[in-house]
Amino acid sequence: MTDELPRTDAAADAAGDVRPAAGQPLLRIEGVAKTFGSFRAVDGVSLDIKAGEFFALLGPSGCGKTTLLRMLAGFEAPDEGRILLGGKDIAQALPHERPINMMFQSYALFPHLSVRDNIAFGLKRAGMARADIATRVSEMVALVKLEGLEKRKPDQLSGGQRQRVALARALARRPQLLLLDEPLAALDKKLRESTQGELMELQRRLGMTFIIVTHDQEEAMTMASRIGVMKAGRLDQVASPRELYEAPRSRWIAEFVGDINLFDAEFKLRDGHRLVIGTGGAGTLVVAEPREAVGETRFSVAIRPEKVKLSRRGPVSEAGRETAINRLDGVIADICYLGGTTTYKVKLDTGGMLQASVANSARLDVDAYSLNQNVVAWFTPDDCVLLPS
Amino acid sequence: MRKVSRLSRFNIASLALGLAFLYLPILILVIYSFNDSRLVTVWGGWSLRWYREFFSDRAMIEAAWMSLRVAVSSATIATLLGTLAAVALSRGARFRGRTLFSGMLYAPLVMPEVITGLSLLLLFVALNAERGFWTVTFAHTTLTMCFVAVVVQSRLGSLDRSLEEAAMDLGCNPVRAFVAVTLPLIAPAIVAGWMLAFTLSLDDLVIASFTTGPGSATLPIRIYSEVRLGVKPEINAICTLVIALIAVVIVIASLASKLSSSQGESAAPL
Repeated sequence: MTDELPRTDAAADAAGDVRPAAGQPLLRIEGVAKTFGSFRAVDGVSLDIKAGEFFALLGPSGCGKTTLLRMLAGFEAPDEGRILLGGKDIAQALPHERPINMMFQSYALFPHLSVRDNIAFGLKRAGMARADIATRVSEMVALVKLEGLEKRKPDQLSGGQRQRVALARALARRPQLLLLDEPLAALDKKLRESTQGELMELQRRLGMTFIIVTHDQEEAMTMASRIGVMKAGRLDQVASPRELYEAPRSRWIAEFVGDINLFDAEFKLRDGHRLVIGTGGAGTLVVAEPREAVGETRFSVAIRPEKVKLSRRGPVSEAGRETAINRLDGVIADICYLGGTTTYKVKLDTGGMLQASVANSARLDVDAYSLNQNVVAWFTPDDCVLLPS
Repeated sequence: MRKVSRLSRFNIASLALGLAFLYLPILILVIYSFNDSRLVTVWGGWSLRWYREFFSDRAMIEAAWMSLRVAVSSATIATLLGTLAAVALSRGARFRGRTLFSGMLYAPLVMPEVITGLSLLLLFVALNAERGFWTVTFAHTTLTMCFVAVVVQSRLGSLDRSLEEAAMDLGCNPVRAFVAVTLPLIAPAIVAGWMLAFTLSLDDLVIASFTTGPGSATLPIRIYSEVRLGVKPEINAICTLVIALIAVVIVIASLASKLSSSQGESAAPL
């Protein structure tokens, strides 16, 4: 089911490798580190990737994600640690000895070769028969919808078409693992969104394992089944997009992924499964007890803007009365209309600033708030996340 | 889409003056090469007489042949060495003393030719080498190699490093990646470098006169010694032929480098 195309990769067959079935462990990174001069670009990263996964390495620029990817491709050799692909250590193998292909951020299309020759480049090196190469190339051209452009040179293609050629060229050898270095960074927003969908579709259909490097958290959330967030050479958290967003493990991740309201907080008292905390800026809040106990008495409390509801008088329904324990009075200080949603900044009477993101569910603005209007911002204890500060 | 702006009167005037300053002497030389008169400054009607004279002047033909052989061989050796140096400088690991090395490579660009010529002469004398074709060839190789290295290195510098990485990723070992991807992309620069080396060698007088031996004069040396005995219109004819040859070579070289840079712009949006 996961594998519709025949596996005839000459290079892989010659090496006699056996591909792990989907869900089986494929790649294991063990304590990998890389230092450039005195700069520790990657600092002891360990990670397991399963076959058929779409994994995203997310982080700000300079966090070491690209260096990690380049070590997987073989362009950098790790100073420490092992990289196991199907149980074999490939950490010191040269790029052409690995059943891994990479799609470059600049696409790195060979300007002197046509689209067809670009795609066939890796197949020729693998010693595939001419007829097989022709079949595979036309298969790839169809896969990325480039029919009719086979004879063009890269500089006669649009940005989106070049991106497809780069993808087809990297996929042509049927690598066990495809690495994508910021593959959509050069595309405009609309094209990027449609290409995201196509990449996901392609990955599912081929049952291939993808590792993508990106600094765009929305891109990572949309495409990947699991995300590893990197910071200063270390993997901070590896989780599904939902977990990353709703249960970030640190204050830094909470701020990096999406928008968030953060307050410094102090433990006051326990009330069953609820904790009462005092915050600087948002007064006293009641929050759900975290699954992992927060050790210290000082920490941060985080609330996503879309979890904050606004009303003119506060929640009135019975259900609302029961859950909406955290009620904060304030004044609308800033309005940012984004089309689908509106972000309000509420200046709380307790001194802090709270962001609330409200869906514009009706076309007429009967629900909209105006500047300097008195409002009540409210959210449930379960909407709050406690983070070590 | 380049915007075509109209030239102002001032621009036209300054352009004309500049071009006249550069090309009027050459134009006069070319015109007088077709002069029938024995006196260089007196016009005696159109004729190809001095061209015939040149082709029957054995010594002059020999010098021209010598110059051509030196130019072709020194340009070829210089291109080979210069390309290797450029590749080492821009692709090799950052070895210690790299800046010093590239500085030393480019020093002959600004070195006075008299010094280069004299030092080479001293070297050849010390080595007890018989001065002639090979000494001039080697001397010209040292002169022109740095020009080739500059041209090739600038092309390599503008080349996306990930192209070579992509080739390796797709199954090439480093040497194959260089041959399959880098070499075709820098080929126009290599050709341009060769042409540059060729023309430099062809018109060099100073270094050649230091390093050549008896009986193996290059064309510029021969012309220079003839002129000292008085300018014959035959010299005009020879110079016109040399100008034509160099013009052709320069046009080819600039076409090659233009081709080279337009290929490098593949990353630019349409």
